[in-house]
Amino acid sequence: MFASPAASDRPWPLPLLRFLPLPLLQPILTLIGTQVAKTQPDVFLRLGPHALKSFIIDPTDLPFVLVLKPKPEAPSLSAWRRDNAPYSHARIAGTFLDLFDLIDGSLDGDALFFSRKLRVTGDTEAIVALRNALDDVDGGVVESITKAFGPLAPVATITVSHLRRLGGRGKNHE
Amino acid sequence: MNDDVAPRRPELVCPAGTPASLRTAVDAGADTVYCGLQNATNARNFPGLNFSPEELRKSVDYAHARGRKVLLAVNTFPPAGQFQLWKDAVGIAASAGVDAIIVADMGVAAYASREYPQLRLHLSVQAGASSPEAIRFHCEEFGIRRVVLPRILTVAEIADVHRQIPCEIEAFVFGNIGMMAEGRCSLTNYVTGISTNMDGVCSPAADVRYEEDADGTLTTRLGSFVIDQYRCGENGGYPTICKGRYGCSVQSEPYYAFEEPRSLNLSALLPDLMRAGVTALKIEGRQRSRAYVKSVVAAFRLAVDGIMAGEEPALTDLIALTEGHKETQGAFQSKSWR
Repeated sequence: MFASPAASDRPWPLPLLRFLPLPLLQPILTLIGTQVAKTQPDVFLRLGPHALKSFIIDPTDLPFVLVLKPKPEAPSLSAWRRDNAPYSHARIAGTFLDLFDLIDGSLDGDALFFSRKLRVTGDTEAIVALRNALDDVDGGVVESITKAFGPLAPVATITVSHLRRLGGRGKNHE
Repeated sequence: MNDDVAPRRPELVCPAGTPASLRTAVDAGADTVYCGLQNATNARNFPGLNFSPEELRKSVDYAHARGRKVLLAVNTFPPAGQFQLWKDAVGIAASAGVDAIIVADMGVAAYASREYPQLRLHLSVQAGASSPEAIRFHCEEFGIRRVVLPRILTVAEIADVHRQIPCEIEAFVFGNIGMMAEGRCSLTNYVTGISTNMDGVCSPAADVRYEEDADGTLTTRLGSFVIDQYRCGENGGYPTICKGRYGCSVQSEPYYAFEEPRSLNLSALLPDLMRAGVTALKIEGRQRSRAYVKSVVAAFRLAVDGIMAGEEPALTDLIALTEGHKETQGAFQSKSWR
């Protein structure tokens, strides 16, 4: 359903992820989920009943999808090969950088949707609630997450900036 | 429009769907920010959006500390037997210290003016008051201090209304636009059973479904109705009935029965609006993101400041943020708009 962009269109680190064993990603994803739960509890309040649902975040230029279960007491984020992803209530698909900037509050979701760069299927109400909840995080969720890396936070921040530059974007591109 | 009349400095009124958006709007140059509570008392009652009473109080503090104002939209119509929710909203607004509430229902206006006489009242676009007679009635009966005009008047007509009413005028300059009579559209109610005017939501997300086929054609449904089908690569729009394409026996192809998806952008008409006596310029979009708020508010701040400095208005390209990537000046320029 969702075509992937050509490899030449992607920032150089992204194609390398094709060879990454997904279990290696899990500790980082768990850290992200824990950090958001700890530092952004209002996100879960905004989600209301939709916090009990599951979401597939599908970066179409990467060889895996993320499954988000934003249950307040035990939020989880996990990586799955696209063909083996479990059932979810809703799916949000776009390029990695578009999804990254959307979650970070740097891009407008409606504008992405109007331009057909963002595709959503499934429970539309849950998707709208998630979008609005994430948009209420000052500074963006990504900034909040990078702090979770402790002594490695500066490295995470530099990596994020590098990804933005390679994608032709800056934090102020909005 | 008479170019000899100096433009008046207008108040820039900007949307906020969340506290973070409100802070973004203030920081981007909004004079005033409008928002709503997390229930049916406002016309953007969307999931995950809006303010709790505590968030409203903190947001008012944030804005006031920077010399800006906050308005609370209490602009839906209470169904029979459910008036208490609207009374509570007015009370929350007063205790939070908002600078005005935006009302549509005459009962809510009467209650607020009676119980909270110190609270400034604005008449919502949802009231659909477009004639001097209707506006004067609200001013005289409820002490309305400002009217948000429906988007059906030309700039010349706005100037004419201005001369005949005792209150300020607020006019939309950017954002989503519908040709349906505001406060009276029942299309969503017909399809979903949910009322835009009483429940505060047009095309409720719970009833919206998107399906994309293998060819990249996107089908948008509201309830059991197909609203539109966008070919691969074709720009999309909101899933609202008034902007859908429909087939019928006298058209060979599905067509826009009501209007095309496009956004209002009056940046080129700002000097005329300012000379016409418009006190406040309003940006639509409480349902939009912080990124939208930041871009649009900053663009209009720059344009208004430029005009006041006697410069040609600086018009930032906002097309990427518009519905269907199309803009219109709607009825403000000409009644021929459809």
